[in-house]
Amino acid sequence: MRRNQVAVVGAAETTELGVIPNASQLQLHADAALNAIADAGLKLSDIDGFATAVETPQQVCHYLGIKPTWVDGTSVGGCSFMLHVRHAAAAIEAGLCKTVLITHAESGKSMIGKAPRSIPADSLQGQFEAPFGVYGPPSMFPIPVLRFMKTYGITHEQLASVAVVQREWAAKNPRAMMKDPITVADVLNSRMIAYPFRLLQCCLVTDGGGALILTSADRAKDFPRKPVYIMGTGESVETPMVSQMETFNSSRAFKTAGPLAFREAGIAHRDVDHLMIYDAFAHLPLFGLGDLGFMPHEETGRFIADGNTRPGGKLPLNTNGGGLSYMHSGMYGMYALQESVRQMRGIAPAQVPNAKISVCHGVGGMFAASGTIVFTNER
Amino acid sequence: MAEPQRARPKPTPETQHFWDGTKAGELRLQRCDACAHVYFPPRPFCPSCASRKVSIFKASGNGFLYSYVINHRPAAPGFTPPYAIAVVELAEGPRMMSNIIDCPQTPEALELDMKLEVAFEALDDKITLPVFRPAKG
Repeated sequence: MRRNQVAVVGAAETTELGVIPNASQLQLHADAALNAIADAGLKLSDIDGFATAVETPQQVCHYLGIKPTWVDGTSVGGCSFMLHVRHAAAAIEAGLCKTVLITHAESGKSMIGKAPRSIPADSLQGQFEAPFGVYGPPSMFPIPVLRFMKTYGITHEQLASVAVVQREWAAKNPRAMMKDPITVADVLNSRMIAYPFRLLQCCLVTDGGGALILTSADRAKDFPRKPVYIMGTGESVETPMVSQMETFNSSRAFKTAGPLAFREAGIAHRDVDHLMIYDAFAHLPLFGLGDLGFMPHEETGRFIADGNTRPGGKLPLNTNGGGLSYMHSGMYGMYALQESVRQMRGIAPAQVPNAKISVCHGVGGMFAASGTIVFTNER
Repeated sequence: MAEPQRARPKPTPETQHFWDGTKAGELRLQRCDACAHVYFPPRPFCPSCASRKVSIFKASGNGFLYSYVINHRPAAPGFTPPYAIAVVELAEGPRMMSNIIDCPQTPEALELDMKLEVAFEALDDKITLPVFRPAKG
């Protein structure tokens, strides 16, 4: 795909984030969509392309009253929205539609109008994982961690520092759910969830949503907001079964999507001013830094523990506080994208000065899928 | 009220041989007749070369502890926390999720790379699960 031909011209989260007991999941989609449409200065009738995950496109389009000529229901977990951005950019370039709305919402905490996730007993996961006691992401996502630690010499303290640093960023974000400072000792003394991970190394469970609006870069200059261009994109999937990953020393989906996006953008790692790596659990930024090629995996734990990703550090990472401290409704990818867009617009609460290139990397399922978007505010 | 039960696998035509095997006290894998690739979970073709000529064979049952978590909360129905959810790398190459028996469910006792051997735990008269215990000797 050609770089910088499509731009984000509308971006917004739901009016509230956190615990929202007075709205269904579907209404949260609508709330985010209406906020993004207002942000872009558009009318609903201007939207001719639509993408969402978990909820079907027909469900959300009908509720909003949108009549699309292009839809994408790709639903590969929390990074689905990175894939939607990639697919929407291709569709706009191909002339299939002009203005695409992407929505996410999840009533992850209040569970209003949300179908429970279930694993059929005759699926491969139901036969070969569920009988051994996996029960939701905290029991599954950290399964590779001990092998990763042994292979690369990563310590428990380094993995705890991920949560500490992200809390520093969260403290600068008024909308972050958790803002009180924490220490490595606090993390290592918090309640055990699934060894080696404790409560503060696991993401929050909240309600909320977000929406993006994309159009061609040529049209984008006429919109009220500073356009944020799609510079490079990548995507892949590996397996829905964490036990069947090729290796626990890296993610094949990360190693496919990330470098693809860098190549398409034509950038080197030193060009990256701002980085988001979807952090459902504390090991994901380490996998991401290694698999995206920022440094050898061996160095990732020390890099974060030494403060290189904290406010003022040389590689600002997860500047909203991440899934660990900002919010995590279940599919966090949309919130990572929102923070990249804010940083590129120059309006983030914890703004990285003069940031021109932002890399936003998402994971879906338990390393099942991945999507990477490189944004820039210069064409 | 009955105790909540552990998730029970429901075999499909492609996996029936595996569950017949565990019931008979055998861990069955598949090998490609064309490229010799050994793979899991079961399917009637080779995921490496796409050949449909594949054979079922009895695995050694030997392996080592590749990685694990010790789950504290939330616990799955039918499990008493803390319990380890392990991934075992089999001598023949494939990995599978399982549980470790005859071993304390602690980080000290569960050493990565420790040698394991298969054992079988009947859930009912239809389903027997493959589990692993520290290898003797």
